Amino acid sequence: MKENKKILVCGGTGCLSAKGAEIVKNLRDSIREHSLENEVEVIQTGCFGFCEKGPIVKIMPENTFYIEVKPEDAERIIVEDIISEKRIIELLYIDPKNGERVFEGENMEFYKKQVRIALKNCGTIDPESIEQYMAAEGYAALKKILTTMTPENVVKIIKDSGLRGRGGGGYSTGLKWEFASKNISDQKYIVCNADEGDPGAFMDRSILEGDPHSVIEGMIIAGYAIGATEGLVYIRAEYPLAIERLRKAIETARKNKILGENVFGTDFKFDIEIKYGAGAFVCGEETALIHSMEGGRGEPTTKPPYPAESGYWGKPTIVNNVETLANIAQIILKGVDWFRSIGTKNSPGTKVFALAGKINNVGLVEVPMGTTLREVIFEIGGGIKNNKKFKAVQTGGPSGGCLTEKDLDTPIDFDTLLAKGSMMGSGGMIVMDEDDCMVAVSKFYLEFTVDESCGKCAPCRIGNTRLWEILDRITKGEGKEEDIALLKELSQTIKTTSLCGLGQTSPNPVLSTINQFLDEYLEHIHEKKCRAGQCQALRKYLINDKCVGCTACARVCPVACIEGKVKERHVIDQTRCIKCGACYNACKFNAIDVA
Amino acid sequence: MACDNKLKKEMFEELKKYIDEIGEKNGALISVLHKGQEIFGYLPQEIQEFIAKEMNIPIAKVYGVVSFYHFFSMTPKGKHPISVCMGTACYVRGAEKVLNSVKNYLGIDVGETTEDGLFSIDALRCVGACGLAPVVLIGKDVYGKEQVKDMKKILEKYRKESVG
Ligand SMILES: Cc1cc2nc3c(=O)[nH]c(=O)nc-3n(C[C@H](O)[C@H](O)[C@H](O)COP(=O)(O)O)c2cc1C
Ligand code: SF4
Ligand code: SF4
Ligand code: FES
Ligand code: FES
Repeated sequence: MKENKKILVCGGTGCLSAKGAEIVKNLRDSIREHSLENEVEVIQTGCFGFCEKGPIVKIMPENTFYIEVKPEDAERIIVEDIISEKRIIELLYIDPKNGERVFEGENMEFYKKQVRIALKNCGTIDPESIEQYMAAEGYAALKKILTTMTPENVVKIIKDSGLRGRGGGGYSTGLKWEFASKNISDQKYIVCNADEGDPGAFMDRSILEGDPHSVIEGMIIAGYAIGATEGLVYIRAEYPLAIERLRKAIETARKNKILGENVFGTDFKFDIEIKYGAGAFVCGEETALIHSMEGGRGEPTTKPPYPAESGYWGKPTIVNNVETLANIAQIILKGVDWFRSIGTKNSPGTKVFALAGKINNVGLVEVPMGTTLREVIFEIGGGIKNNKKFKAVQTGGPSGGCLTEKDLDTPIDFDTLLAKGSMMGSGGMIVMDEDDCMVAVSKFYLEFTVDESCGKCAPCRIGNTRLWEILDRITKGEGKEEDIALLKELSQTIKTTSLCGLGQTSPNPVLSTINQFLDEYLEHIHEKKCRAGQCQALRKYLINDKCVGCTACARVCPVACIEGKVKERHVIDQTRCIKCGACYNACKFNAIDVA
Repeated sequence: MACDNKLKKEMFEELKKYIDEIGEKNGALISVLHKGQEIFGYLPQEIQEFIAKEMNIPIAKVYGVVSFYHFFSMTPKGKHPISVCMGTACYVRGAEKVLNSVKNYLGIDVGETTEDGLFSIDALRCVGACGLAPVVLIGKDVYGKEQVKDMKKILEKYRKESVG
């Protein structure tokens, strides 16, 4: 056995949910049993990205990548892999293309096209160890700027790098910093926006869980650049693991004199405080976020004044997204040219996506801007689950829209997505297949918006509720031809008259699905049909010839509309059926079809 | 009941101590509410009044903030709080069906608690374990994928454990 092996175990939320902590414990127990404490180290890292196949365990330096590891595999990993140096074949990933086992992550389709900047340390270091962060060049950028650069230099580098905010809007980070740096004030603030309200996104929390120091470093650098001495992280209370890791990271940074009075022994001072959100999507909007941090209701206010001018307690405040901040140190260390060599001309660098939905490889992926949707969905994502047909991909969450087959070769960046009627947003990417009803999906997003609207403006509060009601009618087969025009008109009004980004973008899922899937809307309205079989009220339950006449369905039907003799094929009276699906669930013979 | 009251008194004292120790009260309301919910499990009128008095702010402001945020709850949670993820990833992988089966089995709606105080249902958005979608949390336990197809079985297990 070679000495100094490291066993990396994923400590991301996904893997931890699947008994990750037990795996770590069993590995450590087994190491002790075999007296290998001095040769083998177990490190719990952040998310490796390939959450679909979690829990993941990696053996270093060989780089062996084990998937779907169970707590009872721990003993084998120590005995067979570590001691006998034999790879455990059953725990290796199988390449679905050729059926062969893959030993290293780098050789999986999932990782081949990825370039990691923001996720550089996620899955490679222990997020709770500042030493490991520093061994991976951590805090080198901070030291470099504090000892060799003026704040103006730093602002210029970030501006020249072309970095655009990863929180959704894609505004130039450097310009925003420049603006704030020029405002004169006795106090300025750097706020890290870790609210992440998008209901299918988990990249910001993964970065905080997997590499909190990179965000802290980005915040300190931003503080130096604009002349702020205080940083605040606004994070939702529903993210306990991210909060815990962040809290520990802040404490260790303080102990190591990286936060506090004399950062790195210079006369620059900076400290960070954590502020808890309480689960309101609108609090991700920067003015609302500031009001929430001040202890009030998270209601947005008009801009200008922008926070960079008058923010937290009226002082100049920079609000930056987690992923944006995680990019900063790398840009300082590797330079503007390096950063601009990745991505597209107007959107340099990479973007992290939370890839989810009807896709084979659910996970966290970071790709250069300009990668096409096809590459992300079919190469990295491994295509659609259960060999179904790809239907649409929703980007930008509730503010975004759907893209379809014809958009698959679009290189993804801020501008191309906007041009196609969607948005980059925070980076949630939800893949849908033929079984998803697009009317129901747009109703789902509207339901979210209606729930989350702060209620301050009538178009957002009332308009979105009306939109939802119309969509609800259509999914129940009660839609009218005029509804389409009404949906469009109402959407336009809401977009143009709402105060904040929530209302201004909330009709996007409706507009984009009408644009791309008008025939489906019309089918619901005219034929009372939902081709995906998702809209319950339009469903039809039919008994086929597999029926053995067991009477189970007739007995559970709450309106007694199923008839038939014992051992004879049963029939459902369609006029009385309330589409509750009770019969479908009761039948053990697959004799009931849903149409 | 006497013992209950004593416990409650200690809880109020703990909350008061927390409030007293805050240096800058301006802007601390949300932190205080988090603490209050952590101690009591929920934030009924009585506790909101207490906080308003201790922090010297109008009760209307306290209520305004409590009612604005989803995380704050004015009804007690069950012994086993159930949270069904209704994030987009879970939704497209069938979360609605799972939620319905939980509602049907327990006979309560989202935001309600069963009469025996055993279960309560909440819907939340993205637990961050989308790889396991659809995801259900029961207390700190996470269930996903194949497991949640049969929520009845899972819930019966909790019920049995609690009853005996
Ligand atoms: C309704 C709404 C929700 C938002 N939610 C978030 C969020 O959860 N996280 C985030 O970083 N930005 C969010 N934003 C964008 C922020 O307002 C802000 O633009 C961003 O944090 C700026 O950081 P960046 O320049 O680094 O992207 C949201 C905006 C709106 C309108
Ligand atoms: S647009 Fe909606 S969320 Fe935004 S301020 Fe108006 S009511 Fe509130
Ligand atoms: S439950 Fe299935 S097999 Fe039995 S009578 Fe009904 S349709 Fe036929
Ligand atoms: S949580 Fe383990 S790979 Fe993502
Ligand atoms: S959407 Fe349910 S865990 Fe992400």
